Amino acid sequence: MSRETRILMGMPITIDIVDAGSTPQLDDVFAYFVSVEARFSVFKPESEISALNQGRLSLSEVSEPMREVLAIAAKTKRETDGYFDIRRPDGSLDPSGVVKGWAILNAADRIRAADVQNFYVDAGGDIQTGGVNANGEPWRIGIRNPFNPREIVKAIKPAGRGVATSGSYVRGQHIYDPYRPDQRLDEVVSLTVVGEDVLEADRFATAAFAMGRAGIHFIEQRPDLEGYAIDAAGVATKTSGFERYATR
Amino acid sequence: MKSSTRIAAILLSAVAVVAGAASGPAGAAYWSLFSGSANHSPLPAPSAAAAPNNGGAPVAVAAKTGRYRDGAYVGDVVDAYYGPLQVQANVSGGRIVSVKALQYPADRRTSQRINNQALPALQSEAIAAQDAQVDIVSGATLTSEAYIRSLDSALGQAS
Repeated sequence: MSRETRILMGMPITIDIVDAGSTPQLDDVFAYFVSVEARFSVFKPESEISALNQGRLSLSEVSEPMREVLAIAAKTKRETDGYFDIRRPDGSLDPSGVVKGWAILNAADRIRAADVQNFYVDAGGDIQTGGVNANGEPWRIGIRNPFNPREIVKAIKPAGRGVATSGSYVRGQHIYDPYRPDQRLDEVVSLTVVGEDVLEADRFATAAFAMGRAGIHFIEQRPDLEGYAIDAAGVATKTSGFERYATR
Repeated sequence: MKSSTRIAAILLSAVAVVAGAASGPAGAAYWSLFSGSANHSPLPAPSAAAAPNNGGAPVAVAAKTGRYRDGAYVGDVVDAYYGPLQVQANVSGGRIVSVKALQYPADRRTSQRINNQALPALQSEAIAAQDAQVDIVSGATLTSEAYIRSLDSALGQAS
């Protein structure tokens, strides 16, 4: 039984393994995140994605993990009507929005492959759980209050599904920016998505958040996804099936 | 170098006021206060940031009076993982009067292709703090941390 948090990929990553006798495995899983960061960080000049963006590497020469991530990004772009696009205005590729959920899911698969059933992996608030907690109860995840990071406003039991939240306190503050009076109180500041796994939850949370107010409607239209959006006025809008995950 | 803890405290007080403003009639007054200050130009380019912020309505950012030199200070671009984040702190009368994001990860182009019409299946509720025990918390902390770091560097220039 072990739990550890390290800062990697610019965010806190926590791995909690409930089953006994698996501490050495934590190092392996963290090492995996280190390798993902080394390959995919657009902020590292020596990363594979930087080599691709600088033309030092062609698309036909990329590694299998890169090929896989680019394929997920292309699929997500199609599924979100272009809202999810890893191509930046300057033409470069930034697959971060895929890599996070993909890496968490792969980390969870590594943990399961070591015969661990009860665990979670949390990278910057995007979460994959497996099994139950140390008390033998279903894992419970709180949705953070975007206006008070020390509070939660909802508690859910994802039952092995993935949970991801997109949002920004900065956008919340923007509402009160006197330079931008066009900003609206109904702007979404936090969008939590429950999906089949954390990759599904994360890529659709990212895309739907970029859609603004329409994002929760997009989530509603996908039968495999549920969502909980919070706007700048503190009003939440949830999809029709979201409450099945809420704790009573 | 400013301590991130202190900046975090400033931000916490800021979000507390924002949350308070949004919770009742005071929120409307708060909003109209800013709606009335539409004479400001849109986001200035970072290169023009040396110009002081003349008369922006005081926003919900509390800082000790007289602590900083007046002006607009652009913070470092910080990796928020989903993309670059950069803020500008505007100081007037020695106080932080506003903080704005010059770049932030969710700043994507908007599209008219997905319409906003309400679906009857969606339900709304006012958020409220829950005291339920949870194992893990899901929330958008990334940008917040990057925000603090960029603001920290902006205020370093103002001291």
